[in-house]
Amino acid sequence: MIFSALKSFWHKLGSPRWFFEMSQTWVFVLGWMALLLLAAGFVWAIAFAPADYQQGNSFRIMYVHVPAAMVAQSLYIGMGVAGFIGLVWRMKLTDVAIAASLPLGMLLTALALFTGSVWGRPTWNSWWEWDGRTVSTLVLFFLYVGIYALREAIPGQVLRARASAVIALVGMVNIPIIKFSVEWWHTLHQPASFTIMEKPAMPVEMWAPLLVMVLGFYTFAGFTVLSAMRLEILQREAGTAWVSAWVSGQDPLDLKKGA
Amino acid sequence: MNPKRKQRLYLTIFLFVVASATTALLILVSGENMNMFYPPIDVASGKVPADRQIRAGGMVLENSVDRQPDSLAVRFVLTDYQGSFFEVSYVGILPDLFREGQGILVEGKLDAAGTFQAERVLAKHDENYMPPELMDLQQGPGSTASASEFGTPL
Repeated sequence: MIFSALKSFWHKLGSPRWFFEMSQTWVFVLGWMALLLLAAGFVWAIAFAPADYQQGNSFRIMYVHVPAAMVAQSLYIGMGVAGFIGLVWRMKLTDVAIAASLPLGMLLTALALFTGSVWGRPTWNSWWEWDGRTVSTLVLFFLYVGIYALREAIPGQVLRARASAVIALVGMVNIPIIKFSVEWWHTLHQPASFTIMEKPAMPVEMWAPLLVMVLGFYTFAGFTVLSAMRLEILQREAGTAWVSAWVSGQDPLDLKKGA
Repeated sequence: MNPKRKQRLYLTIFLFVVASATTALLILVSGENMNMFYPPIDVASGKVPADRQIRAGGMVLENSVDRQPDSLAVRFVLTDYQGSFFEVSYVGILPDLFREGQGILVEGKLDAAGTFQAERVLAKHDENYMPPELMDLQQGPGSTASASEFGTPL
């Protein structure tokens, strides 16, 4: 029962048209959720969460730094998985997903590096230090930039999809390095405050707003990537009958929502 | 699964395994060079090259901070609380988070007498966060909790 439902979902994923129609509601829901969560989380984190006993208010940068880094890595994992599926099953949608995830992943990695730097100045006493965590995150940024540049440089759609899928997949080895860098080596960066096995290394009034911000960043990423995928599908399928019908048949309000 | 797809599946998995193995080997070969600083045990046991620019770290030993009243010169001892320690000499302004029991990184050279002549001092805060009121109630989630980070690497 579940297996056949999964199988039918898998086959439907092969159809850009089905994805386009299905994602319309998701974009709407995720967009509103992101707006509410980010607004609530930001006010909670800035105005109501208590200051840290050691770092004072500067620790609040965490409320942007942690979700930005988490979602940046998650988007890369998504690209790696999409690359794998694309290479084996030649599914059209996977390259659309990679193209749509790239810009946001790149921006969020840059944001994680920037907020980390601003946080490092008052706490570490340094804007930048070359340790395992900072370097592996910088490598993540270069991977994003590299795939982006590669896509711009290759004109053929098939070769472009294959090349970016290969790099996205190979670059996946960097993800565990980022994660475990603070455990494998002596680093300036502190180890994780949240682990699956142990309770958070901070009280609830500090991690609750962080949880809201993390959910806000994830829903925002979902909204942005789905929207970009829809746009990409429209561009790629521009000549087909269903796109022409959709463009001419819908009222302008729905068209705006789609883009 | 058709044979063509199966072949692509094996090829893709092979690609990923080779990439992972290469990276793992590179990391293993790099060994200690991946560490950002030397722990107290390496400095105390003489594993650290003298007269070369290096970084070392440890926890500031209680009651070891000795400030000169008429200058910015300061001396303190860094330890791993496991029996290893070394003395640091520094002239300059210390980071805000510098205090006894705090994880600290120093950059500079080890002199012939075994004293670390630091040119820069960095504060390494741990992963625990706590509001000040709670901190007063229970003496600390571990000002020394991160001491383990200065122990012997894996």
